[in-house]
Amino acid sequence: MERIPVLRMGSLLLVTIQVDMHDKLALQLQDDITQRISDFGSTGVLIDISSLEIVDSFIGRMLANIAAMSRVLGAEAVVVGMQPAVAITLVELGMSLPGVRTALSVEAGMELLMSAVAKAARGWEDDRPQT
Amino acid sequence: MNQLAEIISRNEDKIRAEWIDGMTRSVQRADLISKAELDEQCGALLGAIVAGVKSSAPTDVSAASWESARELLQSISASRARQGFSPVDVATFVLSLKQPLFASIRDTLKGSQDEMFKTVWAATELLDRLALITTEAYMATREELITRQQQELLELSTPVVKLWDGILALPIIGTLDSSRTQMVMESLLQTVVATNSKYAIIDITGVPTVDTLVAQHLLKTITAARLMGAECIISGVRPQIAQTIVHLGINLEDVVTKAKLSDAFALALDRSGRTVTRKDGVRASANPISTLLEKREE
Amino acid sequence: MIVLKRDLQHLKNSNDMVLARQKVRQWATELRFSLVDQTKLVTAASELARNALEHGKGGVMILESLANGTKSGLRLVFEDQGPGIADIDLALKDGFTTGSGLGLGLGGSRRLVNEFSIESEVGKGTKVTAVRWR
Repeated sequence: MERIPVLRMGSLLLVTIQVDMHDKLALQLQDDITQRISDFGSTGVLIDISSLEIVDSFIGRMLANIAAMSRVLGAEAVVVGMQPAVAITLVELGMSLPGVRTALSVEAGMELLMSAVAKAARGWEDDRPQT
Repeated sequence: MNQLAEIISRNEDKIRAEWIDGMTRSVQRADLISKAELDEQCGALLGAIVAGVKSSAPTDVSAASWESARELLQSISASRARQGFSPVDVATFVLSLKQPLFASIRDTLKGSQDEMFKTVWAATELLDRLALITTEAYMATREELITRQQQELLELSTPVVKLWDGILALPIIGTLDSSRTQMVMESLLQTVVATNSKYAIIDITGVPTVDTLVAQHLLKTITAARLMGAECIISGVRPQIAQTIVHLGINLEDVVTKAKLSDAFALALDRSGRTVTRKDGVRASANPISTLLEKREE
Repeated sequence: MIVLKRDLQHLKNSNDMVLARQKVRQWATELRFSLVDQTKLVTAASELARNALEHGKGGVMILESLANGTKSGLRLVFEDQGPGIADIDLALKDGFTTGSGLGLGLGGSRRLVNEFSIESEVGKGTKVTAVRWR
């Protein structure tokens, strides 16, 4: 079965979602990410959704789950590149994804992850995502 | 009813010519429509009317057999509406067909009063209904035009301004209803992406009242921006607005608000890791006289 | 108001859902909806198709392009012969503000379209109609 590739870049995992995922693919991605974090001891996950034209409540929940699961495994996740139309629709749908860090671009996302990871390393336990 | 179809068919050229001649100059508008075009339109309409009258639904203009007549009328009205004809002109275009038509009916059915009356009545009913179609179509076109202009006006009244690299400002002037919010949101978010700006200052100095609905609209915008990775700061909160917000119990816990745009700008600069320094390195003194004295002593 | 075009998409598995989204996107583009409105339509379709598939045990989506005077619109009807919804008002309440899994996505979908109606009978099935005008 086709899978969305989860790439490793040092201590980070990089995922680019470009296709309209059917449910099984989305669940597979969740599994793969958590598995990889565990395998490599990754401290950050960057999910690029700049090509995603649709984010419905299922995908929204998937993103929230990935963020939550990653955190439990000791990694921070950031979702980057949400398109304006998608953001507007998600808000109208009633989803605000409070537990999910976001950034405008892959660059900004990496910066965010680096500083979040550095903070965690300094032992600042009260680092809750700024939402 | 077949009488009507026959009468029109047999006298078509004459009816058409009299029809056009009978149109007052204001309906003709030679400056907007050429005589040839007008002739063509009238001919086409007469043809469509004959077809409709001959069909199984001779007076029911909403039936399928009248579709080409309806479409023709709708397109004629729409184009006239856009060209600037008045609604009276457009309806008169159809109604002025009555005179030549009745004249032909009278000439043909002179002998039988009953037949003549029936046919005239059918004809007048028909033309009244057709005229109403043109009026409806005319109004629909004008409404479309107005809506489009409203859109453009809305777009012009919510400019997104780049204050600095990565810092945008959106001064909102006037009331925020849901259609305006939609526009504001889209414009702001698109600019956020286009300029890669992490900070957007929404200034509401020019918003007269903030009720629960307006607050909801603002919150939607802020949430959408956040989902994209940008942060919104609300500025221009007047004392009365602050009171209203608290009284209404609107929850702005997660939202950063500032009274002045300049404060919001300073905050955005700070958050994005920037400071402002003077070029000459002299510390700004609160008292200009002491600065003068300092200089004197050198 | 007239129906200009009509099509049907079965909703039997998750692949059908991808097809359903694609069809709605295509129709919305042809009807020249703005990008935001297209996104809202496709997202609403995704929610409602998922409902029909999961809660309704499979069903169909009917697409109709409408013309009302000079307005054009897209109507989507989702029908299933599933267990039905006992309390429609409750189902329309939001369960999604925190992204948790409860709720049927109905309340949210309603906000994405202009006209929305639900007919449902316990044990017989559900029919959801959503219309967006341009």
